[in-house]
Amino acid sequence: MDPSRGRDDGVRQPGATGDRSTLTLQINGTERTLTLDHRTTVLDALREHLGLTGAKKGCDHGQCGACTVIVDGRRANSCLLLAVAHDGAAITTVEGLADGDRLHPLQEAFLDRDALQCGYCTPGQLCSAVGMLGEAADGFPSHVTPRRAPVSAPAPLGADEIRERMSGNLCRCGAYPRIVEAIEDVAP
Amino acid sequence: MSQAPPPLGTPVLRHEGREKVTGTARYAAEHTPPGCLYGWPVPATLARGRVDAIRAQEALALPGVHAVLTHDNAPRLKEPDDPVLAVLQNDRVPHRGWPVALVVADTPEGARAGAEALRITYETAGHDVLLGEDHPGLYIPETVNGGYPAVRERGDIERAFATAPVQIDATYTIGALHNHPMEPHATTAQWDEGGHLTVYDSSQGSTKVRDSLATAFGIRPQQITAVSEHVGGGFGSKGTPRPQAVLAAMAARHTGRPVKIALPRRQMPAVTGHRAPTVQHVRLGADLDGTLTAVGHEIITHTSTVKEFVEQAAVPARIMYGSATSRTAHRVVALDVPSPSWMRAPGEAPGMYALESAMDELASALGMDPVELRIRNDPANEPDSGRAFSSRGLAACLEKGAARFGWYDRDPRPAIREEGPLLLGTGVAAATYPVYIAPSSASAHAAPDGSYRIRVNATDIGTGARTVLAQIAADALGAPLENVRIDIGSSDLPDAPLAGGSSGTASWGWSVHKACTLLRRQTGERTGPVPADGLTVTADTQQETAEESPYARHAFGAHFAEVAVHSRTGEVRLRRMLGVFAAGRILNSRTARSQFIGGMTMGVGMALTEASTMDPVFGDFTESDLASYHVPACADVPEIEAHWIDEEDPHLNPMGSKGIGEIGIVGAAAAVGNAVRHATGIRLRSLPLTPDTLLPYLL
Repeated sequence: MDPSRGRDDGVRQPGATGDRSTLTLQINGTERTLTLDHRTTVLDALREHLGLTGAKKGCDHGQCGACTVIVDGRRANSCLLLAVAHDGAAITTVEGLADGDRLHPLQEAFLDRDALQCGYCTPGQLCSAVGMLGEAADGFPSHVTPRRAPVSAPAPLGADEIRERMSGNLCRCGAYPRIVEAIEDVAP
Repeated sequence: MSQAPPPLGTPVLRHEGREKVTGTARYAAEHTPPGCLYGWPVPATLARGRVDAIRAQEALALPGVHAVLTHDNAPRLKEPDDPVLAVLQNDRVPHRGWPVALVVADTPEGARAGAEALRITYETAGHDVLLGEDHPGLYIPETVNGGYPAVRERGDIERAFATAPVQIDATYTIGALHNHPMEPHATTAQWDEGGHLTVYDSSQGSTKVRDSLATAFGIRPQQITAVSEHVGGGFGSKGTPRPQAVLAAMAARHTGRPVKIALPRRQMPAVTGHRAPTVQHVRLGADLDGTLTAVGHEIITHTSTVKEFVEQAAVPARIMYGSATSRTAHRVVALDVPSPSWMRAPGEAPGMYALESAMDELASALGMDPVELRIRNDPANEPDSGRAFSSRGLAACLEKGAARFGWYDRDPRPAIREEGPLLLGTGVAAATYPVYIAPSSASAHAAPDGSYRIRVNATDIGTGARTVLAQIAADALGAPLENVRIDIGSSDLPDAPLAGGSSGTASWGWSVHKACTLLRRQTGERTGPVPADGLTVTADTQQETAEESPYARHAFGAHFAEVAVHSRTGEVRLRRMLGVFAAGRILNSRTARSQFIGGMTMGVGMALTEASTMDPVFGDFTESDLASYHVPACADVPEIEAHWIDEEDPHLNPMGSKGIGEIGIVGAAAAVGNAVRHATGIRLRSLPLTPDTLLPYLL
């Protein structure tokens, strides 16, 4: 026996060793039940277990935003979420933004404005923009929102607001000016 | 007229844009063949020494861990064509972060836990990681990156400089910089029963990946298929295969299963290359009317003990400005540091920061407008070689940029424009990048239904290669764009060079143009219809590209920047930036604009936020992830505009194009630094211009 090969534990039963759990996620409107290692993040569950590779792994540490998805209506870095802690959550990924063949208006705007190059940050930018528009509509302020702005009223989104609110999503190709234009096209 | 191809330059939409915005474009780590295992590389935790022992029992006992590869049991390689690929072959540790083991498990979580459970002991040797002007190991290399001679001299610069009425003598420093493409380097590798290796690799050129792996594993290139269909940026760091490709192929062979490795972000700075730090000594001597009489640019930099790579930062001074005398020279020292490599515009990006800052200093010393100073020294022929320029649009870029930016409204006196606590200023700098071209092959197939299929192993790392190659093909065929299908991104396609040196479109495009032109002639000469199985033409540009051009061929550009510096915090905010470029014929105005702006944005990072510190104790880059290494974020990048001048240059290639992927970063940092100097009166000569470096001068 090759001593460099580890022991093969084979397929485990859910919960058999206490290091796995069975949980259900509502992904893009479809219920998916999975038995996952407790260490598995929502991002790895999507990418490695469900074949939904739209959400990207750029840093795995919540630093780049490439893994952004929408969890129960709010954007989140899926690399920072343990799947086991999100049983029952409703998750929208980039694959769930379009309505069949009809692209989401933000997806259309990203194409029109050429708001992408390598495309690796793009799914995160799109999900982040969807979440951000929702936050603004709900009156969430940002660092650049004027202090006297009415509380809880929808925040108007100029370029500065968009730049500030989208700064959790890095783009190394430098598509930012185009991304801001694309979001401005769609923002109310 | 819907049957006519769109003229070159049309802003055609990005071909694979829909896949990218819907999340269906698959990158290297997004291929998971059945039975696929996951690899986690284990980096060395010392800067120099050897691995004494690796105890793997605990790791192997963890559930799901299949194998631990070390130098004791990893497959033996033949000598790779790049020494950075010779991983797990011996116990030597040449720098911190060098892979000393690979843990393979059936899940990513298992592989990572296995890596943490390894017990590794080392024999340490003292390390030497700091670049300094008095380092005794500095030597003059034979050549520098790009194959240029390390030293060039023209005339008696010492005398010319000493007697010049106006002199600038300044030293500029830039620390290491990291490419950090958003997609970490990744490979999925699989051997089939017949011994054929398939790798999905995040690379800028999979023909090169195939050939390097063939050399390393001692097999024929035909036994390997390397696929790089979608690549999440590279900026040079994926221009050559990286260790994860070798590790994945080794592990797949060892376990008999497909293996996927995506490098953890924090491991990237050590094994995927970096822009080497430079200390650049610039001397400019000029007459009182601004005419340069002496140009000296002498740099020192580091390389690793694994391989020699010399950042050619003094090379652009051989091209930029006329002067009767010149000395451009490089010295390098091999340190116990990770191997430096290509990062967007190697040589030009750091070199032009220093030269263009010095030109700004000279303009200040002369009391002359910096745009005028540059135009005054715009040479008729390339200063170093005496060759005529095939085209040189520098003056036109400066003039057009100055007009568009509103440059001449500026009061040249520093530190007088205030807006509350902010100090405002504007700066200018020039850009240059050489025209490179490499031999490529392509095939063009005409089907009886009027459709065409073009095959070439180009790589689209975000440039829009697919799109522009389809445009070139449609143009050469005289066919509508929608009838042209383009296949790229696999080494099973006709061999092609990598996406690097801003040479991709010119190199691939020439072979596509040639194949399509020949095909069009063939179909035109036929009397009957296209046969049932179609017509195929294959072409390569070996001969065309082998001939050295009698012309000096370079793209040029000019950057204009406006900054606001907070007088109490030292924070520099870019307000707006405008670039104008002369890069031959622009083939797709939409994707070209995106690339120019992207390069400029990376230059803003170089100017203001990107810093990597070599820790002398640990012998490592301190800022190794995206929380500590600050690439520009959305709020750091306000209005950036890119424009170009229409340049007709018949001495390039059939499309008349120069490369555009890198020139956007060249000179950008100098423009920002010059604007900071105009805003504050403070001339810093070290990047980045962070608040802590400015504040002592503002208080």
